[in-house]
Amino acid sequence: MKKLSARRRHPLAAVVVLLLALAATGGLYAAFAPAGTAKADETAQSLAIEEGKKLYAVGCASCHGTGGQGTTDGPSLVGVGSAAVDFQVGTGRMPAQQPGAQVPKKKVIYTQAEIDQLAAYIASLGAGPITPTEGQYSPDGADIARGGDLFRSNCAQCHNFTGEGGALTHGKYAPNLEGVSPKHLYEAMQTGPQNMPSFPDTTMPEKEKKDIIAYVQAVNGEKADSPGGLSLGGLGPVSEGLFAWVFGLGALIAVAVWVAAHTAKAKKS
Amino acid sequence: MSSQEIPEENLPAEQDTAHGAVKVLDDPFADPGLPPHKPRIQDIDERAARRSERAVAFMFTLSMLATVGFIASYVIFPVDKIVYIWPFGRVSALNFSLGLTLGAALFFIGAGAVHWARTLMSDVEIADERHPIQASPETKAKVMADFAAGAAESGMGRRKLIRNTMFGALTLVPLSGIVLLRDMGPLPEKKLRSTLWANGKQLINMNTHEPLRPEDVAVGSLTFAMPEGLTEHDHDFQVQIAKAALMIVRIQPEDIKDKRELEWSHEGIVAFSKICTHVGCPISLYEQQTHHVLCPCHQSTFDLSDGARVIFGPAGHALPQLRIGVNDKGNLEALGDFDEPVGPAFWERG
Repeated sequence: MKKLSARRRHPLAAVVVLLLALAATGGLYAAFAPAGTAKADETAQSLAIEEGKKLYAVGCASCHGTGGQGTTDGPSLVGVGSAAVDFQVGTGRMPAQQPGAQVPKKKVIYTQAEIDQLAAYIASLGAGPITPTEGQYSPDGADIARGGDLFRSNCAQCHNFTGEGGALTHGKYAPNLEGVSPKHLYEAMQTGPQNMPSFPDTTMPEKEKKDIIAYVQAVNGEKADSPGGLSLGGLGPVSEGLFAWVFGLGALIAVAVWVAAHTAKAKKS
Repeated sequence: MSSQEIPEENLPAEQDTAHGAVKVLDDPFADPGLPPHKPRIQDIDERAARRSERAVAFMFTLSMLATVGFIASYVIFPVDKIVYIWPFGRVSALNFSLGLTLGAALFFIGAGAVHWARTLMSDVEIADERHPIQASPETKAKVMADFAAGAAESGMGRRKLIRNTMFGALTLVPLSGIVLLRDMGPLPEKKLRSTLWANGKQLINMNTHEPLRPEDVAVGSLTFAMPEGLTEHDHDFQVQIAKAALMIVRIQPEDIKDKRELEWSHEGIVAFSKICTHVGCPISLYEQQTHHVLCPCHQSTFDLSDGARVIFGPAGHALPQLRIGVNDKGNLEALGDFDEPVGPAFWERG
C-alpha cells in the first residue's frame, strides 16, 4: 500500500484510476444488466406464448383453425397482431357466442393476464399491430377540438356525431362508443375490428388518435357535459321533433282540457 | 220454425193510441234559446273580483320578473359554465336559465290573460243574427247599368286598336321581372362536369395534410384525400371539396371483380368519389369485409370491389372512380380528372 500511496500524486495516476473505473463499470454492466433482462424477457415471452397456445386450443381453435390459419367459420389470425386480440377478447366480442351479421360486445370471460397470453401467441404467428401502451392511448392533454374535426371526418358517418352508433347493412351496426375504454378505442382504430375499416398510424398518426379519444370522452359518457339538457339519444332532429310533438303538444292539450273542464260559475252544475 | 210459434210475450208491444202514445210538441225543432245566464262569484262579490284582479296582476308581474331574469342571466352566466341540475344532468347554466326564464315570461302572460278572461271579462253569451249575403235586385241592376255605361264611355268595344295595344303592353310588362331573375347568380356552365383533380395532382391525406404513399394505405383501411394545392383556408374550399372529396381503400387485387377498376387502381388501392350519385350526400360508411359503402341518407349501397356498382337503393349510377398512379417521389397521384361528372344526375348530364 505504501508504494501505491507514494505514487498517488504521479501525473498519470488520474488516468489510471479513470481507466480502472471505466473498466469496472463496463464489466459489471456487461455481466449483469442486459444479458440478464434479455434472458428473463425471452423466457417470460416464450412462456406466455406457450400458455396462450393452450388457451387458444381450447377457446379459439374451433373457428380459427388449430394454427390460426382460419376456417369457413372464422378468419385467419396470422398478422392481426396482439392489439386485435386485446380488443376482441378484452371487450368480450371473442369468443363469439354464435355466428351472425355482427358479433356483439358482451361479458369478458378471460382475465387480462390470459388475454395477454393469447395476444402473445397470436402475435407470434405473424407481425401485426402491437397492443398500445398507456402513453400511446391516454387522452391527457390531447386537443379535443381537433379530435372533433377528425371524428366528424373519419368516424361520424357510422358512429354518429357524438359516438351514439348507428345502423349499417344487413343487421350490421356501428356500436355506441359510450363507456369504451381509451385503450379499446385506440385498438379499434388501429386494427379495424369486424367490418370497421382500420385507421393505421400511417394515415392517422398516434397523436390524432389521442385527440379523437379525448373528443369521444368529452361528448359521450356519464361524465360528459350536455349543454342543452336532455340529449334524447343524441340522434338529432328526429328524436327532438318526436319529443316536441308528443310531450310539447301533449302538455298544451292537457292544459287546454284542464282550463275548459273547470267552470268559473259561482254555482257548480 | 214459423212466426206463429213465437210466444206472444216476446213480441214488441203494439203501438196503441190509448196508452204509450208519444206526446207531439207543436214544433219539435223550435230553438230552445240560450240557457239562463248564471253569475260567477266575481260577478256577485266585489271582494272576489278584486282578488281575481290581484291574481291576474300578480301573474303579469311574474312575467315581467322572468323577463328581467332572462336579461340578467344573459349578462351573468358565461357561455361555458356547466352546472348539475337533476334530472337533466350536467347542463349549461346559460342555456338552462334562458330557457326557464323565457318560458316563465311567456307562460305567465298566457296564464294571466286566461284567468282575466274567465273571471273578470263579461261571460254573457250573445247570439249574433246572420244577414242575407245576396244584394238586392235594385243594387244589382244599378251595378250592371254603371258597368255598361262606363264600358261604352271608354270606347273599349269601338276603339279596337287601343284595346289590343293595351293587352299587348300588359302582357309584356311581367317579362321585365323574369329577365331580372337572371341576376340571381352566374350560370353553372361546366362547373358540374369537372373537379380540381387533374393529371399529376398528388393525393393529400385529409388527416395529416401530407401526400399519401402507397405503403401508407393498408388493406382494410379507409382514408380521405383532397387534391394537392387545396387548403382548408381557401375561400372556395367548401365548393371545391364538395366535388373533389375522395375516399381511398385498399382491396386485395384478386378480390376486385371489375376489370377497369383494377386497371385504374394502384396495387389494389382504389379511389372513388365520396359524393353519392343519388342526391349528393357524402358517403363513407365503408364495411371493410364486404367492401360495401352505404349512403346514410337513402341507403344506396355501392360495391367497391365491383366498380362501385349500385347494389341497393335509389342511386342511379356507380360512384365515379379516379384513376391513380405513383409519381417519381413515390407518392400517389391522380392520372386525370374523373371521367364523368361526380354526384347526382342533372338535366344536361346526358
